[in-house]
Amino acid sequence: MDEILEILVNDARTSPEEIAGMVGKTIAEVKSAIKAFEDNHTILKYTTIVNKEKADSVVQALIEVKVEPQRGIGYDAVGERIINFPEVVTAYLLSGTYDVLVVVEGKDLKEVAKFVSEKLATLDRVTGTVTHFLLKKYKEHGVVFHEKEKNKRLQVSP
Amino acid sequence: MKDRISTAARSVPPSGIRKFFEMVLGMPEVISLGVGEPDFVAPWHIREACIYSLEKGYTMYTSNYGLLELREEISKFYNQWHNLDYNPESEILITTGVSEGYDLAIRALVNPGDEVLIPEPSYVSYKPCTVFAGGKPVVVTTNAEDEFKVRAENLRAAVTEKSKALVINYPNNPTGATMTRKELEEIADIAVEHDLTVISDEVYGRLTYEGRHTPFSSLEGMRDRTVILDGFSKAYAMTGFRIAFSLAPEDITDAMMKVHQYTMLCAPITGQMSAIEALRNGEREVATMTREYNRRRRVIVKRLNEIGLTCFTPKGAFYAFPSIKSTGLSSEEFSTQLLKSKKVAVVPGTAFGECGEGHIRCSYATSMEDLKTALNRIEDFTKSL
Repeated sequence: MDEILEILVNDARTSPEEIAGMVGKTIAEVKSAIKAFEDNHTILKYTTIVNKEKADSVVQALIEVKVEPQRGIGYDAVGERIINFPEVVTAYLLSGTYDVLVVVEGKDLKEVAKFVSEKLATLDRVTGTVTHFLLKKYKEHGVVFHEKEKNKRLQVSP
Repeated sequence: MKDRISTAARSVPPSGIRKFFEMVLGMPEVISLGVGEPDFVAPWHIREACIYSLEKGYTMYTSNYGLLELREEISKFYNQWHNLDYNPESEILITTGVSEGYDLAIRALVNPGDEVLIPEPSYVSYKPCTVFAGGKPVVVTTNAEDEFKVRAENLRAAVTEKSKALVINYPNNPTGATMTRKELEEIADIAVEHDLTVISDEVYGRLTYEGRHTPFSSLEGMRDRTVILDGFSKAYAMTGFRIAFSLAPEDITDAMMKVHQYTMLCAPITGQMSAIEALRNGEREVATMTREYNRRRRVIVKRLNEIGLTCFTPKGAFYAFPSIKSTGLSSEEFSTQLLKSKKVAVVPGTAFGECGEGHIRCSYATSMEDLKTALNRIEDFTKSL
């Protein structure tokens, strides 16, 4: 990965001035590189990874969706219908025993169940769903969720 | 009562670093730039392989030379990276850290009274181990104007009839200096002229940021008179595993092995098994860590110079060695006052030899966040003077 991207992926708040210092380029060069990434949609959005368990109560579920593909457009028509629901936070087309993996978010179990049974499972060409409620997050986007352990090094060493 | 401590043990002063270590103890909110080891923990795949080796029952001695499998991996690595050929059966010895490797090399080479040329500022153990072996350390000074490279004329001035060995350590601890092939060739010429054996501590060889490291034995005519000391501590963040190795001609390896055999017996097998995994699958992590060090290097060097602590750009290891002469303080005064008033630990340059006076060693093997805070505090400190 490009080094500027790598720095932003790690911390999107790193300023162009700081990045310039880290990679040995001018601020103008860094700014124009970032703009190019934004323009060509390599960078889609700057967001924050939140430990939602601490922020508010949400329930997430991973749903395996089986879809009957359509001639000419494959899975895309159904996929695009699925992602229009605001409850859907992530959707991937996959190889394997089912077709689309959907991550759904709701305020409680009931809300998620309702969404799946009333909206998702009833979509045209969706032939089946299996719902897995998420119990605990260990790691997401490369970030480990439990508190970081303190470095155990000696404070001064040769 | 007779004085029961030996003359050699008495004659060697305690490490200058020790004093700072004691001072920092009990100061919990200190940010330390005084650490000579990576802030990363050993990559998980290496720790996992280590655990697996224990599960499989690898808890025994190994050959005195170390596991042949590990020596073969090392041989392959040096062949692929540096086009050097070392016979894993007779020219590679696994040691318990480069520290042991240095001790073995000195004891294998030095007779009582022989002189060992040691460029300073230098790692803290070269001089004491030389004294313990009955050798006489002869300091070759280097300075900031030369970016702490060994200058041929300074080396020439220090050579005598009794000179037996020359110690070289690039990339350098504490200065972060490196030397190019061409610059090293001048030193190699002197080694040939005066029939010196070169002990080259290259433990930071993987951590270079502007061009690839040149192993000393890859210089023309040097393979037969060089002992390379390298290890896993720095590049793979494996300091506590205590695994390193020497690459040297058969007769020297044999002599080093003899000392090793009767003192250490062998390096711990758990560490050796982990080192095999490091060499086989560690490249990605080494590259990631090196990129991160490089970013911090740029940040620390720029900032130190802006603060007015002049610092040449170190091209290897993870140390900056700025001058603090502009403050009018000695290295020790600067470090002590900085620690007490701003809670930032650095190591005074004098811990690495007299010519380190006027400098401090700042390790950037610490997180970017801590590094920035530490630099802010150093700036506040210099302004308050």
